[in-house]
Amino acid sequence: MSDPRTPRPTRNEAPQWQSEDGSLILAKCEDCGEPHYYPRVICPFCSSDNLSWITCSGRGRIYSVSVFRRAEPPYALAYVTLDEGIKMMTNIVDCDLDAIRIDDPVAVVFKDRNGIPTPMFAPVQG
Amino acid sequence: MRTTPTAYIAGAWEHPTRKATDKTLIQLHAENVKGALQDAGLTMQDVDGFFCASDVPGLGAMSITEYLGIRPTYVDNTDTGGSSYVLAVGHVAQAIAEGKCSVAVVTLAGKPRTGRPNKGEGAFFDDPNCPDVPYELPFGHVIPNLYGMCAARHMYEFGTTSEQLAWVKVAASHHAQHNPHAMLRNVVTVEDVLESPMVSDPLHKLDCCVISDGGGALVVVSQEIARSLNRPLVRVRGSGEAIKHLNGGKTDLTFSGAVWSGPKAFEQAGVTPADIKYASIYDSFTITVLMTLEDLGFCKKGEGGKFVADGNLISGVGKLPFNTDGGGLCSNHPANRGGMTKVIEAVRQLRGEAHPAVQVPGCDLALAHGTGGYLGSRHGSATLILERE
Repeated sequence: MSDPRTPRPTRNEAPQWQSEDGSLILAKCEDCGEPHYYPRVICPFCSSDNLSWITCSGRGRIYSVSVFRRAEPPYALAYVTLDEGIKMMTNIVDCDLDAIRIDDPVAVVFKDRNGIPTPMFAPVQG
Repeated sequence: MRTTPTAYIAGAWEHPTRKATDKTLIQLHAENVKGALQDAGLTMQDVDGFFCASDVPGLGAMSITEYLGIRPTYVDNTDTGGSSYVLAVGHVAQAIAEGKCSVAVVTLAGKPRTGRPNKGEGAFFDDPNCPDVPYELPFGHVIPNLYGMCAARHMYEFGTTSEQLAWVKVAASHHAQHNPHAMLRNVVTVEDVLESPMVSDPLHKLDCCVISDGGGALVVVSQEIARSLNRPLVRVRGSGEAIKHLNGGKTDLTFSGAVWSGPKAFEQAGVTPADIKYASIYDSFTITVLMTLEDLGFCKKGEGGKFVADGNLISGVGKLPFNTDGGGLCSNHPANRGGMTKVIEAVRQLRGEAHPAVQVPGCDLALAHGTGGYLGSRHGSATLILERE
């Protein structure tokens, strides 16, 4: 299902991650059909500016993860491969950091970061 | 058909400092440039080409050339992070081939230990004008975890182990013991690396390079000038450059930009990885070396772990002596940018001026590779192939 708003990210603008109903969104090119991340004013695969938003399933799998142990408390930086095939940088949260494994299934949870609902991912049953 | 470059590295100088409490940034640059020119047997007045990156103070090359009293006819301020100085040598070779200059200086300096961070040392990490920043900064992408994700994925896909990564550090430490300027001169074992504190999984403290002040400079000249100097002839035989990024979310962390820059350099040089006697490989972290060796074709993709193990990178022991100055892992990673020191040690090897304990006998063909930026997101790759004539 498409969101009618056209992506128009500009500098200094808050990142665009969430639809009005709270779902994770991705920019998608209406010409070549490819979603991309992070969103921009032209498609990085075909340069078209005919872009729209798609609503994601919010599910994916951990592509890679690294727990930064020098921070207090430690946290997990990751790339998650969304069901839509696109990878995004994120944090893995709400879990035992020592139990996180690559390829684990995860689902989006929006966490407040500097007043912005920010997409992070928590492990779910595959 | 690509033209064969005829540029030569006539001067190479590494600043001996690792902690420059009493020196300014411009002072370090000035000492570097002067040192490299003295090494070449040239003077500031001979310089007509100036190559630098964003670690110089001021806007591009303007303030620094004014300070040094140079009026260049050709400048290049290309910044690809720590690979800038490897890449610059290729750019100099092109400029010399086109007659744009005949004596070019490349300089690097920085004070990450004792100064305030400057734009060459990652101050752009939170630049709101940078389009990736709002999408990455909230997740805490400090540098070790970006490299940690590359290592974790490499382990997942290819079965690479922490022990294998540790061998890269072990080899570097074997070389660093002979370098009086190296920050870390103690020989370490695989166990030492594995027992050092975890920084960002799976990278331990000893998988990470040092943080050091200092820098260095190169003088790259035309064939005519090179032959007029009383220095060994180190020719730039091939160069390649590339940028690898996240590709709109179709991201692959298992390879680096070396897969593109390497073949270009080898093709131009007309040689293969098997011909290389010595390699300077960018070593911000152990994983950087392991992946780069695969991507340059020294071994197959996925077999880097096996390749670096059991001392294969130790001079006099293994098949591919690397970073015989101790590299960024043990000696020096000035300004958080390791490209300059990679070229300098390759030049020492080709001149036969490396420490006798690590000098590769008959070293007539060497490679230097830089990886600037972040292996786990976007980085610039530059590969150089240098030959002793």
